[in-house]
Amino acid sequence: MGKPVIEIKNLFVDLDGVTVLEHVNLTVNEYDFLGIIGPNGGGKTTLLRVLLGLVKPVRGKVRIMGESVEKNRHLLGYVPQYAVFDRSFPISVGEVVISARLARKQGRRFSREDYKIADAALERVEMLPLRSRQMGELSGGERQRVLVARALAAQPRILLLDEPTASVDSRFAAGFYELLQELNQEMTLILVSHDISAVSTYVKTLACLNRTLFYENSRELSQEMIENTYHCPVDLIAHGIPHRVLPPHNGVVGS
Amino acid sequence: MEILQFEFMRNALLVGLLVSVACGMIGTYVVVKRIVFISGGISHTAYGGIGLGYYLGFNPMLGATLFTIISALGMGLVQQRSSQRQDTVIGVMWAVGMALGIMFVKLSPGYTADLMSYLFGSILTVPQRDILFILLLDLLIIAAVFRYFEEFKAIAFDEEFARVSGLKVEFFNILLLILVALTVVVMIRAVGIILVIALLTIPPAIAGEFSRGLKGMMGFSVVLGIIFTTAGLYLSYLFDLPSGATIILVAAAGYILALLMKK
Repeated sequence: MGKPVIEIKNLFVDLDGVTVLEHVNLTVNEYDFLGIIGPNGGGKTTLLRVLLGLVKPVRGKVRIMGESVEKNRHLLGYVPQYAVFDRSFPISVGEVVISARLARKQGRRFSREDYKIADAALERVEMLPLRSRQMGELSGGERQRVLVARALAAQPRILLLDEPTASVDSRFAAGFYELLQELNQEMTLILVSHDISAVSTYVKTLACLNRTLFYENSRELSQEMIENTYHCPVDLIAHGIPHRVLPPHNGVVGS
Repeated sequence: MEILQFEFMRNALLVGLLVSVACGMIGTYVVVKRIVFISGGISHTAYGGIGLGYYLGFNPMLGATLFTIISALGMGLVQQRSSQRQDTVIGVMWAVGMALGIMFVKLSPGYTADLMSYLFGSILTVPQRDILFILLLDLLIIAAVFRYFEEFKAIAFDEEFARVSGLKVEFFNILLLILVALTVVVMIRAVGIILVIALLTIPPAIAGEFSRGLKGMMGFSVVLGIIFTTAGLYLSYLFDLPSGATIILVAAAGYILALLMKK
């Protein structure tokens, strides 16, 4: 295990007067691949938004590589859910990816260096041949790869992904998770999803989030973690998927 | 082409060109960012400034500039609050601007005959000093878009990611609304406050159907704006029709044609 890159202590977050996160404690170490699962509305996206500095916590301490969010959020790469974009927006894949260099841009135009970094990021996700394609013309899986390339173009140390396979068919998802495992050789990954089985196959550690975080430093989910998170027994059948999510158990789950 | 002998005709064509450049560039952002309603609000508050100009006896175009910039700042603040009732506040500011204008005009001494030209446009009678003012605003708009093209594009496409990347999104959003305000002032003399929003959005809406990039969309919008203003001007001259309304109807016909072609 490497040194901690993200430390969250006793975090409380309100949105429009409603408590969304409470008592959240989390430490993520360098080169970890953390999967955060939980029900919709459980605060998964909010937790990412706190790390990105888009939401201010009511209480608690958040550190990115030992410094405040404001100071070090440029070390984060962000892959949002695709749902928010306008498909009719006239913009090419290359233009989307290079937009990650904007804050570092000097003057009116991007530098040769910026274009090189953007191309390298597209190459990394095997999308360089589609550089001049329109964003709206891509399939769900291709779009997701472009968004990863855009995040990579900011040259992050930590990559945050919000439901990256939500709009992708399962055939494509496997290849996508393999790409993430490759990226994990070079950086820390935090992935948020409600797709328990897919996530738990590929991540190194798992946490469950529903207002508060149930975090165990392993890849196996305990039945207790799941029940605490979803407030009901979840029918987690381990048979037929490559990696066993649940520890070997006796009796029928959920009965 | 004998109509080009008239100075007022040459001036009108020049105003049409200046209007087309401003609304092609800024209208493109208005359409892709979906801030048509905010822009409508900004344009209508111009009436308050025009009324103030009449009341205090200075050029109503300066009053319009003042009021649209103030309302752009106000709308910018409303836009940044993630409140559910944004559109209500914008609608209220829209009406208050108009109401102030009506009050000022009522209080103004003397005859206010050319008030209608601010409401519905009068491209054939734009005074020389206003043409110079429009030219100045055009240059400001072109300079700002030229300098911040990439920033505006990235924020329009994905505001949240732009913010995460460290861009000062609030600054650029307010700057864009100020540019909308200036564009509105540029357009008032040509098509009038009430019709501004149509000419601001129709050329980019058509161009957007056929463009693969924002630059192309802007360029095509400018060309379409020139075609619409020139054709509208010619038709209004030929048949003695109100110029502002004719330009808008020509643009609307173009829009319908484009939608049919796209089908």
